[in-house]
Amino acid sequence: MISSSSVNSRNSVWKGLDWVTVLVYIVLALFGWINIYGACFTYEQSSMFSFDNPAGKQFVWIMSALVVGMIVLLIDERIYDIFGYWLYAAIIVVLLVTPVIATGTKGSLSWIAFGSVKLQPAEFAKFVTAIAVAKYMSRYGYSVRSWRDLVVPFCLIGLPMVIIMILQKETGSALVFAAFILVFYTQGMNRKVMRYGLLAIIAVVCILKLQIIPDKWIDSVFQPHQRARIEVALGIREDPMGYGYNVAQSLIAIGSGRFVGKGFHQGTQTQLEFVPEQHTDFIFCTVGEEWGFVGSFFVVALYVFLILRIIYIAQRQRDVFSQVYAYSVACILFFHFGINIGMVLGLVPVIGIPLPFFSYGGSSFLSFSLMLFILLRMDGARINKMR
Amino acid sequence: MINQQYYKRGYIIGGAVVLIALVFVCRLFYLQVIDSSTKDKADGNALVRQTIYPSRGLIYDRNDSLIVFNQPVYDVMVIVREMRKGFDTLSFCNAMQLTRKDFEKRMQEVCDRGHNRGYSPYVPQVFWSMLSKEEVAAVQEQLYHFAGVSVRKRTLRDYVYPSAAHIVGSVGEVNRQDLERDGYYTIGDYSGRDGIERQYEELLRGKKGVEVLMRDSKGRIQGSYHNGERDYPPQSGTDLQLTIDIRLQQMAEDLLQGKMGSAVAIEPKTGEVLAMVSVPSWDPHSLVGRQRSKNYSALLSDPHKPLMNRAVQAQYPPGSTFKPVQALIGLQTGAITPATLFPCSGPLSTPIKCTHNHGSPVSLEAAIEQSCNPYFWWVYRTILDQNGTKTATFHRTYDRWRDYVVSFGFAGRFDSDISNQATGSIPRAKTFSRIYGESGWRPMTIRSLSIGQGEILVTPLQLANEAACIANGGYYMTPHLVRPLPSMPAVSRHETDIDKKHFEVVQRGMARVMTNGTGRHYSIPELQMCGKTGTAENPHGKDHAIFIGFAPQDDPKIAVAVVVENAGFGATWACPVATMMMEKYLTDSVSRPDLYDRIRSAHFIQSDVQ
Repeated sequence: MISSSSVNSRNSVWKGLDWVTVLVYIVLALFGWINIYGACFTYEQSSMFSFDNPAGKQFVWIMSALVVGMIVLLIDERIYDIFGYWLYAAIIVVLLVTPVIATGTKGSLSWIAFGSVKLQPAEFAKFVTAIAVAKYMSRYGYSVRSWRDLVVPFCLIGLPMVIIMILQKETGSALVFAAFILVFYTQGMNRKVMRYGLLAIIAVVCILKLQIIPDKWIDSVFQPHQRARIEVALGIREDPMGYGYNVAQSLIAIGSGRFVGKGFHQGTQTQLEFVPEQHTDFIFCTVGEEWGFVGSFFVVALYVFLILRIIYIAQRQRDVFSQVYAYSVACILFFHFGINIGMVLGLVPVIGIPLPFFSYGGSSFLSFSLMLFILLRMDGARINKMR
Repeated sequence: MINQQYYKRGYIIGGAVVLIALVFVCRLFYLQVIDSSTKDKADGNALVRQTIYPSRGLIYDRNDSLIVFNQPVYDVMVIVREMRKGFDTLSFCNAMQLTRKDFEKRMQEVCDRGHNRGYSPYVPQVFWSMLSKEEVAAVQEQLYHFAGVSVRKRTLRDYVYPSAAHIVGSVGEVNRQDLERDGYYTIGDYSGRDGIERQYEELLRGKKGVEVLMRDSKGRIQGSYHNGERDYPPQSGTDLQLTIDIRLQQMAEDLLQGKMGSAVAIEPKTGEVLAMVSVPSWDPHSLVGRQRSKNYSALLSDPHKPLMNRAVQAQYPPGSTFKPVQALIGLQTGAITPATLFPCSGPLSTPIKCTHNHGSPVSLEAAIEQSCNPYFWWVYRTILDQNGTKTATFHRTYDRWRDYVVSFGFAGRFDSDISNQATGSIPRAKTFSRIYGESGWRPMTIRSLSIGQGEILVTPLQLANEAACIANGGYYMTPHLVRPLPSMPAVSRHETDIDKKHFEVVQRGMARVMTNGTGRHYSIPELQMCGKTGTAENPHGKDHAIFIGFAPQDDPKIAVAVVVENAGFGATWACPVATMMMEKYLTDSVSRPDLYDRIRSAHFIQSDVQ
């Protein structure tokens, strides 16, 4: 019985797999990889596959992620439901341990090294938290409209958020957890709560802007560069060559691409390293400069299509667990997409979070891939559940 | 088990996604399609326009011998603003072999607007100038690693011979007036400061080229932009050919060393200046490169005024070398004929005594030969009196006489490429009237003019031109230093106011000077030299020795004027210099080495100059 069902589900996973999503995922990963090569191209030319440049490393990450994704597709999705809290507990422990054994690049406390490979547990915490929240919300008789029922999910979300923000000093990654508010919304959370949530965000902005709160308090949450970036974005501080430098150069890079772009490897802003962190958080600059409006539009359209597709997947789920998880995936991607491109376009403060599947970085690529493939497995298996 | 009630909330999230994406697309459209300022900003970020200096035109002598050429030198440039962030001062000092103290001192100088007027932190400034090729080869590779540091190649002048300094002039950094006058220059450029270098600056300098390079965010040069599509190459300056014969020039400079004075040689038929010497002079090498300003101020403060080009700036009374002109005016105005005789009472003559021992009465030829002062006083007096002695008539006659003199090129500048010419002077009648009163002056008052003394001042170049006029039999070509290029106007011909027929007798007289007269000791008969010695009275010290001459008499190829200050008789010091120059030019040899050495080793520089 068990064996027959597992054989059954293995077969149906390939049949029920949402190939459209897989295709968009692959296109994004490949185009991202090309642009990382574009951003890191130097005059001592090295191959896209060479391991001594970021593009070569990213290629290895893409390949590893595909292998891991394949494995995920073969594993029964029920383990996430069964072991959801254990996974969550594990990641919390890892998050707590990370600052202690962190390798401390650029004053960061969020990286753990495994030999030459460095990973950022905060990236993985996002989808693990999504699993835990989904598990809790799929309890029998759970109602998002009840205040009492919101306490545990809020804690589930708040715990990693606080650890990442306070202990690891990664405000950007921590803010991503705010995306879960949308997940509650999809499950029917009271509009009033939504409204208060929004008001709270506005209040924080106003407090920062009017500087009501003593600097000490702000500094305990934000690192000076983050505070400065927020202040620049809010117009409190004018500083084009300082913290606003990234954004100013980013806008010049994108704008100078014009309609069709300067062509692969032709971007002077990109090639000559005017935009800092270009292959990671500012990768969209390269698209803007070298592929122009056409390329930028293409990338934006791909993300919109991907997120809408995942929302569609969420809507077709038959159980709360996978639906909440699917919405979580959509909302996390949406948050990353909105904040990252928004900051590159100078619309939101510079918050260092990557563009999913596109930015250079093993942790982010691997964790987003895992997140997506778990969803695809759940989605592929929903046919079984209907039987 | 799933609450379908909130199904639609998925659409709202989807709607939010689309909305935000639309905002992004609008923003992208604005940045990439509407706003066009970013392209320039990106270029300004990444592109550096680097000037490539053309090589300056070369200068050759009349026989195609190279005189002036270029040597490459290298300046280490710094852009101060780009150096600020994390500049590795220690390695930079090691690369440049400087101490930290030197570095800081130099940086202070660079950044100090009082010292470095054109300072801007955004523009490359000269940090260390004029390194040789060898010096820069040792450091260049390392320097490219420093942000804001670059090496600029430039050329400096170099000279084959240590002579002709006054003619060629020198090249130095442009000053503020140059920058305002001519948009071609930027701060730190070099231009010709004097001589030919200045006169022909626009031809010699060529045209600067531009190379568009890309630099990264740290200011490091990353290569050329679009494979040099937007570059344009520099255009080298035009080469010039001087009319100078550098061997003759060198020889004359050598002969005149240790003296003050000048020698000018002209090819009469063309007006080409064959040699133009002014002593004391300097080695042109000394006004090049890092030593320039030090050496220049030394020259400037030298009491013997080496920077003065005596050939065109010093003014002397011509003395007896003026007598041929006087004779020609006498013949032209009919005051005398070649056969006219005047008496000479030797030292007893009045109002001007004769210093030479000869018979009486004398004819024109003999008077030139013997440089007889009373004869020329009579000639002058006859010229001035021949229209009547009434004051007004006399003044008119005097001015007419002056016009004759001026037609030989005196009391004016030649319209040519010879810079800094002094005009010399011969007063007009009204000037004398101002001094002496309308009727307060008579021929007797200005008698010194009859023998080229008194109120007449000429430059050595004008004297050489006088010799050329006589050699040509009545005209001169504008003296000039550079063979005209096709783009330049042709050399113009100037007629004197004397008919050609009168010149022959004067030429014969000047030939007799060299056979029987004051120049006989130093003549070389085969070369048919003609000449006239002179001694200019000098109120400040010993007389100046003067000589003018030309050769050969039949077909003059060279006209010379020599002035040796404070040397005494023209016959003794100026004449041998001139005859050796003529010999050198006509036969390319020096047949009297003993004489050469004697003249060369004579010193007439007064230690106590007034």
